[in-house]
Amino acid sequence: MAKVLVVTSGKGGVGKTTSTAALGATLAQMGQKVVVVDFDVGLRNLDLVMGAERRVVFDLINVVQGVAKLSQALIRDKRLENLWLLPASQTRDKDALTDEGISKIIAELRTRFDWILCDSPAGIERGAMLAMRYADEAVIVTNPEVSSVRDSDRIIGMLDSKTVKAEKGERVEKHVLITRYDTARAARGEMLGIEDVLEILGTPLLGIIPESQDVLRASNVGSPVTLNDAGSAPARAYVDAARRLMGETVAMIVPVERKGLMDRLLGRRAA
Amino acid sequence: MKANARPTRQLVRMRGRSYVAFVFCPTVPIVGWLEEIDATLGRSPGFFIGKPVVLDLSEVDLSQTAIMHLVTSLEQRNIRVLGIEGAEAARLTPSMPPLLTGGRQCVLTLNEPKKPEPKPKPTSLLLESQVRSGQSVFTEGDVTILGSVGSGAEIVAGGSIHIYGTLRGRAMAGINGNSAARIYCQKIEAELLAIDGYYRTAEEIDTTLCDRPAQVWLEGDIVKIAPLN
Repeated sequence: MAKVLVVTSGKGGVGKTTSTAALGATLAQMGQKVVVVDFDVGLRNLDLVMGAERRVVFDLINVVQGVAKLSQALIRDKRLENLWLLPASQTRDKDALTDEGISKIIAELRTRFDWILCDSPAGIERGAMLAMRYADEAVIVTNPEVSSVRDSDRIIGMLDSKTVKAEKGERVEKHVLITRYDTARAARGEMLGIEDVLEILGTPLLGIIPESQDVLRASNVGSPVTLNDAGSAPARAYVDAARRLMGETVAMIVPVERKGLMDRLLGRRAA
Repeated sequence: MKANARPTRQLVRMRGRSYVAFVFCPTVPIVGWLEEIDATLGRSPGFFIGKPVVLDLSEVDLSQTAIMHLVTSLEQRNIRVLGIEGAEAARLTPSMPPLLTGGRQCVLTLNEPKKPEPKPKPTSLLLESQVRSGQSVFTEGDVTILGSVGSGAEIVAGGSIHIYGTLRGRAMAGINGNSAARIYCQKIEAELLAIDGYYRTAEEIDTTLCDRPAQVWLEGDIVKIAPLN
């Protein structure tokens, strides 16, 4: 059974696109047939993170408006044959999205894929609403800081009221993914602790992604962080999160940067 | 002064006024019809108390004694007959209600029997989930919330507010002028507390109260906050 999963947050810049790409790539590596859909019409980024920006011909809006067929707009990943991208339009705005059009596209994607990952735009406007509208599950990406947590709380409220599932009286399965977590700063009390975040949001934890330069490095070369350096701390954390999405029980640990030999010899602190 | 006190002739002024009355049309057998009335009264006792009732006897042919009996039977049921319609004047005695003519049909609005019900006391509202940021809960009565109230959420109640989680948002109790309303919560980190329009913002809440169960009430025009236990 196909699952529609929205990656959302309310706040911008917390790591929705990075997480969508990383989770999508990991699920594909696990043998699932995955499509990542960019809902950020007008400010698309997922194509860059996926390294497919030079292959975009048709986009989501073209399909919504019937200009192109879905199969024409889907871009297959060059590294993973199970992974596809449905890019957003950069020239249009979110008003070009219609509920009816999205409903049709999601229904068609459900017949072709195991996982449909919707990368939501920031905010709570039309784009974000339509990205979550048909979701079965939701990953709420949160940074351990008060503004991000409050926005996430707001988004969870909307997932419980504005989605098709909620309107039918069912529940969207929700998971919190804490990103940009800095163990050292958390230890010094400069960040909200994991416990605090979970207590405020009252939603189960999917994973903790450590703050890392690897994330930026990977998106600069157009690769999901899990594919760019599978051994890096964020990559391992995303793999754990993806395994939990698949229903596996994985112990919750915060992966740390592996110290190189030189680092260890010189006794330098990691990160 | 005396000149003004001359006796004036009081004119008897007659004014016309019309009233809406219930019209009963008894059918034979009268005993069966009275049972119907009893059934109606059984469903809503006091339905006809204080209501003008007119007997329309055009459908039946009753003797003077029968009419007398009918009127008495109704009186025993606390139904007072204002007048009789459609009967021969000769069959009515002076002790009976007068004969009425010229009645017109009108639509009766039967909202009276429901009168005691439409003012239901505002019942209490129970929310089992968390109230998320941006959500607003409004109720005329009391509200009980089992989860937490997020920062940026708002609870507005005519009565008291009970929160079994942490209150991080705004809570406004007794908004319809109920100064006896209170706010209770398991943990207080509120952005705003208000009772009957008097309020306190987060800055004015003693930080020592944080992380403790607390109650908020109004004393005169001062919002008081104290820990429970």
